[in-house]
Amino acid sequence: MNQMSIVHLSAITKQFGKVTAVEGLDLLIKEGEFFTFLGPSGCGKTTTLRMVAGFYYPTKGVVKFNDRDMTTVPPEKRNTGMVFQNYALFPHMTVFENVAFGLKVRKLNKAETKTRVTDVLKKVRLDQYADRQVSQLSGGQQQRVALARAIVIEPDILLLDEPLSNLDARLRDEMRAEILRLQKEYKITTIYVTHDQVEALTMSDRIAVFNFGRCQQVGTPTEIYNEPVNDFVAEFIGETNLLPVTEVQGGGEKRTYRSEALGREVTVNDTPLNIARYGEVDELRMSIRPEAVEVSVNQFSGPNVYPGTVKNVQFTGAAVHTYVEMNEGLTLVGTALNQGPSTYLREGADVFVRLPEDQIRIVPKAGV
Amino acid sequence: MLNADKRRTLLLLIPVILVLVGYVLYPTLRTAYESFLHNGAFSLQNYEDFFGTKARANLQALWNSVWISLLSVLFSALIGIPLAYIFNRYEFPGRRFFSNIAIMPIVLPSLVGVMAFMFLYGEAGLIPNAIKDLLHLSDVPFKIGGISGILIVHAYTMYPYFYMTASSALGNLDPSLEEAASNLGANRFKVFWQVTFPLLTPGIVAASLLVFMVSMASFSAPFLLAGGFRVLSLQIYFSKINGDLEMAATQSVILSIVSISFLLFMRWYQSRKDYRMASKGIGAHRSEVSNPVLKWTMVTIGILAMIVLLLPHATLLLLSLVPEGTWTWQTYPTAFNFENYTMLFDTPYIWEPVRNSLIMAFLACLGVFVFGIFTSYALVKRNFIGKNLLDILVMIPWALPATVVGMNLILAFNSPSPFSFGKILVGTFWILPLAYFVRFLPLVVRSTNAVLEQLDDSIEEAAQNLGAKWFYTFRKIVIPIILPGVLSGTLLAFVQAVGEFPTSVLLYTIGNRPISIEIMNQLRMFNVGQAAAYGMIQVGLIAIVMFISSRFLGVKAEKSLG
Ligand SMILES: Nc1ncnc2c1ncn2[C@@H]1O[C@H](COP(=O)(O)OP(=O)(O)O)[C@@H](O)[C@H]1O
Ligand SMILES: [Mg+2]
Repeated sequence: MNQMSIVHLSAITKQFGKVTAVEGLDLLIKEGEFFTFLGPSGCGKTTTLRMVAGFYYPTKGVVKFNDRDMTTVPPEKRNTGMVFQNYALFPHMTVFENVAFGLKVRKLNKAETKTRVTDVLKKVRLDQYADRQVSQLSGGQQQRVALARAIVIEPDILLLDEPLSNLDARLRDEMRAEILRLQKEYKITTIYVTHDQVEALTMSDRIAVFNFGRCQQVGTPTEIYNEPVNDFVAEFIGETNLLPVTEVQGGGEKRTYRSEALGREVTVNDTPLNIARYGEVDELRMSIRPEAVEVSVNQFSGPNVYPGTVKNVQFTGAAVHTYVEMNEGLTLVGTALNQGPSTYLREGADVFVRLPEDQIRIVPKAGV
Repeated sequence: MLNADKRRTLLLLIPVILVLVGYVLYPTLRTAYESFLHNGAFSLQNYEDFFGTKARANLQALWNSVWISLLSVLFSALIGIPLAYIFNRYEFPGRRFFSNIAIMPIVLPSLVGVMAFMFLYGEAGLIPNAIKDLLHLSDVPFKIGGISGILIVHAYTMYPYFYMTASSALGNLDPSLEEAASNLGANRFKVFWQVTFPLLTPGIVAASLLVFMVSMASFSAPFLLAGGFRVLSLQIYFSKINGDLEMAATQSVILSIVSISFLLFMRWYQSRKDYRMASKGIGAHRSEVSNPVLKWTMVTIGILAMIVLLLPHATLLLLSLVPEGTWTWQTYPTAFNFENYTMLFDTPYIWEPVRNSLIMAFLACLGVFVFGIFTSYALVKRNFIGKNLLDILVMIPWALPATVVGMNLILAFNSPSPFSFGKILVGTFWILPLAYFVRFLPLVVRSTNAVLEQLDDSIEEAAQNLGAKWFYTFRKIVIPIILPGVLSGTLLAFVQAVGEFPTSVLLYTIGNRPISIEIMNQLRMFNVGQAAAYGMIQVGLIAIVMFISSRFLGVKAEKSLG
């Protein structure tokens, strides 16, 4: 079977001339893990992936596979399998020849090559197409050839750079499942690059969130979503209501913050789940997910209840978004599952909004 | 420490730079240096002679070259653009056929084309004499020669540049732009001048620059037709023949300065962002011509254009069937047979020039093929300091008139130099293959650049990622993918080298005289038939290459033109 690899990046910085693409990056990717780099475009995901593949050498820092220092090993000696965004299939070769290329380079004999290629083509359900020219395949099929070509060499690490971004929505769902299935079957350490948070949340064992060349947070999908470490992560992953706040008083089981926008104080449970770590000089933000915001025409009891006016009700099918204007400068969004027309609020209605104290998260503003 | 990638770039660049410095830069500088020598001493005398009152002929020749070129641009544009518009925008019987015929001038090598024109429309030309006899005139009604001859030949051979750029621009033009203009209330006339024409402008400007350069460099037409009329490219030849190498060098420098300024201007113009949009043409929409008068007018224009365009080819074929000594005092040739062709195979003296041309063109193209691939790869796929300079260096032989390239090589290699391994090359067999190599290198580099630019970097990276070393990737991935493009460029270089006249006439020896020189010899001996037969061989070769390119290499015939 595959020898699996740990990927260890320590203190990696990569500069292109004056541009710093990646700065001070430390990551430890575990054996057999499905690890995702997530972040907006231009944040350094591809650059990091290419340093793992060996196409770029870091300006500073060390890349290790298991305990081997790979920092300046050329790409052809790293035994990684990469799937490129545009697939990078060899246009002058058939499907079979494309997949067999890596084995030919490794000087495998004909018979062995044939069995392994046939095997992997069966795995990606392309065995019917072995003799096709790659240009005659659809986007999804080309994608699977690229995947097969990367997997057949039994790489220590599988690298995928936004592999689904050129596919249409339906095909994307299908391929997502396919990639996961193959990854689980071969148990290859996998690094997956995407700017699509839904993809990242649904597929990954762990996610690293990037912004401006820095890694903001590493964690499981639930950690990233429920316990973002700063306002960038909170805002980039999923939807959220984000307000600047200042701390009023701590101590006991609750803490109190004041929001100038709201013109009121907010009470938050003092638990690690609700309050991220921050320093004294940090600016603070309060984040609350729309699905946690409660909106009703009836007065709620308890803390964190504020009056407002319904501005807009947006029906999306499964969910209903209610936009509530709290005052001239502030609108909050509440999302509820669709319970039928009788539950929809009327635009212009006066309502109360409750921000549950166990659902709020206080985060520092991300440093740049 | 240099990493592997940098080392590889360096390794690739060393031979590229050596060859370019040795055979492009050094000869050019050598010519510049020679232009400052007068009787062996350093002086500006040659330039004083050129611009001064003493030798008005030179300045006159420069001026002649410039305005002849301007007029050539004008006439070529006036023929090429309307023809492109008609053939691309109107649907009428025979349209496709006519539009294919429209590029036929490019299969006539320049010397051969000029020859055909001479025998068609010249003093003893078939057409003027036929009209004279038909109308019982006492003298020929018209004849071409001198300025009119040069201009007509230029217009004929150069209008395809305009025709092809305008056709492809029209093909890429999104029809919805014009439809949008009509929809906003513009009439046909307004739509053309305010929408279509501005969108064609970048292509037309590029074609104008190109035609200007080509006609500044034109040698065969003035050589055969000029009479007493002087142009600069011809002056260089005369200076060389008269043994005044220093003046030839000075003239070359002046002509080079004009040409290289144009090259730089053209690079600047094409690198500028223009407003052509990426929206792919949704197929040209052609107006069906329904008005019968208009329709048949179009067809008539098509037929007339076809006759005019193909007459030179037909003439050449006809003349090639005229055996030696059968057409002397008669107005029209009297006998026809295949003697001129059969002599190619049974008379060694006749076959020799063909063999020489084929061998020398083959050698040059072998060099251009190998060297062109590496140069182009370095230019497109590698990053290094001074890349822009190298790019310009490669393009210099393309911008320089062939006469100048020839002069540069004479001045560089008529004495021993390290680049000729301490030998004198002028007067040997090797100088001509070298000249062809230098002349046609840019052509192959350009066509290779075009295919390499299409090749996404990730393809090479994918191979490397799968474990392939650089050279293995280069052999198994890069070369096979770009081969068709490179081959078609090389084949084109081959046929052009076979027909090459200007450098040949400066550098040939009796032992390696190529076809073009033998054509001149035969003409001088009034053996028109044999000269035309040689011409037909070249036309045949070009036709074969174009067929191979479009059939097996997937390259459109039009694309193959510089
Ligand atoms: N080869 C390169 N040369 C110069 N700058 C680069 C290069 N590759 C990436 N960059 C820069 O590095 C930054 C990160 O790019 P990249 O890693 O491609 O981002 P992502 O993949 O997250 O969208 C960008 O600002 C980009 O412009
Ligand atoms: Mg990227």
